[in-house]
Amino acid sequence: MRLAIILATLLIAIITGPAPLRAETSDGDIPSAARSDQVTLPDTWRAIRQGEAGYIGGQPASRGQLIQSEGEAWRAARNGKLAVWAGWLLIGVTAAIAAFYVIRGKIKMEGGPSGRLILRFTKVERIGHWLTAGSFLVLGVTGLNNLFGRWVLEPVLGKTLFSWLTWAGKWLHNISGFFFMAGLVVIFWLWAKDNLWDRYDWGWIKGGGGLLKEGVHPPAAKFNFGQKTQFWMVILVGTLVSSTGLNLLYPFTLGDIHAMQVMQLIHAALAVVMVLFILGHIYIGTIGMEGASTAVTTGYVDREWAREHHAVWVEEVEKNEPKAAE
Amino acid sequence: MARMKFLCDAERCIHCSGCVTACKNEHEVPWGINRRRVVTLNDGKPGQRSLSVACMHCSDAPCMAVCPVDCFYQTGDGIVLHNKDLCIGCGYCFYACPFGAPQYPSTGNFGGRGKMDKCTFCAGGPEADHSKAELEKYGRNRIAEGKLPLCAEMCATKALLAGDGDMVSTIYRERVMARGFGSGAAGWGQAYGKKG
Repeated sequence: MRLAIILATLLIAIITGPAPLRAETSDGDIPSAARSDQVTLPDTWRAIRQGEAGYIGGQPASRGQLIQSEGEAWRAARNGKLAVWAGWLLIGVTAAIAAFYVIRGKIKMEGGPSGRLILRFTKVERIGHWLTAGSFLVLGVTGLNNLFGRWVLEPVLGKTLFSWLTWAGKWLHNISGFFFMAGLVVIFWLWAKDNLWDRYDWGWIKGGGGLLKEGVHPPAAKFNFGQKTQFWMVILVGTLVSSTGLNLLYPFTLGDIHAMQVMQLIHAALAVVMVLFILGHIYIGTIGMEGASTAVTTGYVDREWAREHHAVWVEEVEKNEPKAAE
Repeated sequence: MARMKFLCDAERCIHCSGCVTACKNEHEVPWGINRRRVVTLNDGKPGQRSLSVACMHCSDAPCMAVCPVDCFYQTGDGIVLHNKDLCIGCGYCFYACPFGAPQYPSTGNFGGRGKMDKCTFCAGGPEADHSKAELEKYGRNRIAEGKLPLCAEMCATKALLAGDGDMVSTIYRERVMARGFGSGAAGWGQAYGKKG
């Protein structure tokens, strides 16, 4: 009988399984830290969430921060507002230029080319232009690839080729930056004095720069107000993009991670602004206007073109020309 | 399917750095890189707490979102991995990561810092499982062997938990109920706030 009871008890025990262990005798045992009777206060958790840094041995002190939420803000701004605005503006401005071309057409020399040339930019000026412009083209293309390539080029090229191109582009971007900065110095030194406000500028603004109506040619000296705006934009924005770019090129040299995030946003946003301006500049210098592009290639432009667009400048140049040349 | 997660129990971590060492040894992590780190808050004061941190393998991973060359991918288990052949070392993932996980073999200029390295949850990389290439680039692939991350396996006080998120949180919940305090689960809201 006793045997039967023992067997029955065992059987019940096997069927029902081991009695659930009470928590305080198993996993609840605390081997270490909390033995101090110190409860981790909610403030500690909140501090961690808000970026509290602690002691870290054997590794850079900056790694002592447990959670940096600014990274999420940077991601949201870069992938969100920055990419969306920059994308739509690039599309919008390109479309606006195309529409302008369709409506207004190529701005022609009204009298037709005279066949007589005038030196518009010396060799040094052309070098200054292309030092800035050439490096800017490389910087613009590789920079936009950094922001948009993953969505635009990668699906077409495939990951491996795209990654290789982006890697090459990154190095080109790094190197071109220095040529661009050198270009900024050169063009500032060459052209700053020609880009100061003069008495013809107001007339040029009132006349819409002659862009809107055929046959309207407000007089201008070496540079008109549009070119001056472009020039100071390049100098000002170019300097800001260069200085933020240097910070990105040598990460953590001057600033911490949060500075890097802000620098990246400023750098990218201003660079896009610059690209937008330069789109207009390239348009008017090439397909948008007859006779303009040779100013920065051979250095010479047709006298008819120069008289229409830079009447004051032509007069000045002709005044100094020896009569025998006529 | 399991959703892999890390959890460090601040009430148990004793800052022995066994996890850091285990990881570094197992994966032969390059000099200067530690995929895991232990941080001590209120060091030497009442209420001192230590936490072990590495890549948390976030649901909506910021590194993945900002990578210009799209070199990250997430496995079916929720583990965030990356392809070092595609990585251009730009450093954007480090700017975005809330946990400071991405590391680079050298300091230097933009992209001159080498391929990014980070915790793989002991799951290797895109190379064939257990291949030499995988070992050299990403370390061992314990997940493919049916094992869990070595850092957590090595943890002497079982402060660091790694594995299926449901099981990890069940264990943690039992602990919290038993001891009646210490329910912080550092980083969980940040890493796993969004389902995925």
